[in-house]
Amino acid sequence: MNKVMSNKWVIAIYIFPALLLVGVLIFIPLILSAYYGLMEWDGIGDMKFVGLENYITAIQDLKFWDSALHSFLLAVFSTLSLAGYLAVSMILASKIKGADLLRKIYLIPMLLSSVAIAQLWIKVFNPANGMLNRILMAIGFENPPAWLANPDIVLYAIFIPILWQYAGFYILIYYAALKNIPETIIEAARIDGASPLQIAYRIKLPLIKGVVKVTIVLAIVGSLKYFDLIYVMTGGGPNGASEVMASYMYKLAFSTNEFGYGSAVGFLLLIITLIVTVIVRKITADKDEIQY
Amino acid sequence: MNRIGYIILYIFLGIVGVFQIFPLIWLFLFSLKSNSEIFAGSPFTLPKEWLWENYATVWEGGIGLYFWNSVWITVVAIILTALFASMATFAITRMQWKLNKLVLGLFMVGLMIPIHSAIIPLFSMFLNVNLIDNPWSIVITYTAYNLPITMMILLGFYYTLPREIEEAAIIDGCSVHRMFFRIILPMTAPVLSTIIIINMIYNWNEFVFVNTFISSDEYKTLTVGIQNFIGQYMTDWGAIGATLIISLLPILAAFIFFSNKVVEGISSSAVKG
Repeated sequence: MNKVMSNKWVIAIYIFPALLLVGVLIFIPLILSAYYGLMEWDGIGDMKFVGLENYITAIQDLKFWDSALHSFLLAVFSTLSLAGYLAVSMILASKIKGADLLRKIYLIPMLLSSVAIAQLWIKVFNPANGMLNRILMAIGFENPPAWLANPDIVLYAIFIPILWQYAGFYILIYYAALKNIPETIIEAARIDGASPLQIAYRIKLPLIKGVVKVTIVLAIVGSLKYFDLIYVMTGGGPNGASEVMASYMYKLAFSTNEFGYGSAVGFLLLIITLIVTVIVRKITADKDEIQY
Repeated sequence: MNRIGYIILYIFLGIVGVFQIFPLIWLFLFSLKSNSEIFAGSPFTLPKEWLWENYATVWEGGIGLYFWNSVWITVVAIILTALFASMATFAITRMQWKLNKLVLGLFMVGLMIPIHSAIIPLFSMFLNVNLIDNPWSIVITYTAYNLPITMMILLGFYYTLPREIEEAAIIDGCSVHRMFFRIILPMTAPVLSTIIIINMIYNWNEFVFVNTFISSDEYKTLTVGIQNFIGQYMTDWGAIGATLIISLLPILAAFIFFSNKVVEGISSSAVKG
């Protein structure tokens, strides 16, 4: 038995394809990204070693900081919206008939491609014929805005479909966690005279604290590297008003052929994401995890 | 809680549901209308005439090709991912060797890498080996980037398989390969269906890799294809709507028939970066 199950050749054959693909297509690019970041390079011609110059450029690059600010704003909005999702999940998990069907309906936008969602919401936001402005005009707004063309509001307009896309995902996670709370605990609190709000806030919320922390990390990290919808809907425009870190990086590499600088920005994106993850974990860490 | 309270809660949940689903219903409605009806009429009415020919037009106009590209790339990548992930997970959890925990750790680190940090080097690597504008670059990239999450979902299942099965198989003189393909792999069918669904959603919807690595129309998948296509038909809302509905249909169909598997897959992949 042991001899057969520890045959080195067999193990190698079973591990090899997966390890090769992950090594070559995930880990090597990561190392190369750090390396390219130290070069001046247009992607085709010769590379020139420039040391940390790309990183110094990034620190002085107002466009980079603008995009970073937009990414952080998205992270803030995504995190705040978690409270709303949590409230919906609390209601959903409180003996609602059809809760299973409802949470599946909520999940649908999450399953669709970002390109299709982006194209759909371009139409929703269309100034003259879009669904949103049609509704606004029907209820009496004279001049509803051109959502995606106005630099002052474009960023916030794009946040709406992003939140729309992920709402069902977070509700699904919270709902599953809430359903795991033993009914006896809730029953005991009810007998002691706790109101539904008190039960939600004082009992259910602390019991799913671990899950809430995970979703906070997910929301923040996901926001910092967010790309798809923004790239398709506005390409970061108008005039950089909706640019985020990932779309700025992509534009540097594939529109202006600054592969070296783009790689440096990409590497910064990775580092910022990792640092923020560690910080968020530290802040939300607490020693006395509640057991039940 | 009293009755009125419950009614208010149902209304609230209903409004959330309408918000989540209504843009899609609106999309379906305008996919069957003509421009004049869309621009003049109310956005919420049923089409006067149901213009199914919008669908035929865009299908013939190129969407059909993108659709089949999406199908074969998605299917081949799913098969490779499921096979390689199962093999590696089998070797890590069931076979006896020293470095298994380290190799597992390596795969799990792969979960945390944002694809955008790797896309520039990937592009230049593919350029060097002539895989740019070749659909196989997409297939192997999808496989590689889905392996870590797929293995993570498989792990729990493999750890719970009883040792006795392997012992019995080996005593009967079964080789490892035969045991894996004939006994273990069929036993993992429930979890395999979950990973197939979750891989299907990722592959079908993926955009950045195709947008970056593929330039010829003949290899483009739906996500990138509809992006170009909509450029051409920018003014014909009905055609745009039909294109988007076609691109959403396979996933919606999978969701309708296997909604519990989808929910299971989405929840267990919550950690994906």
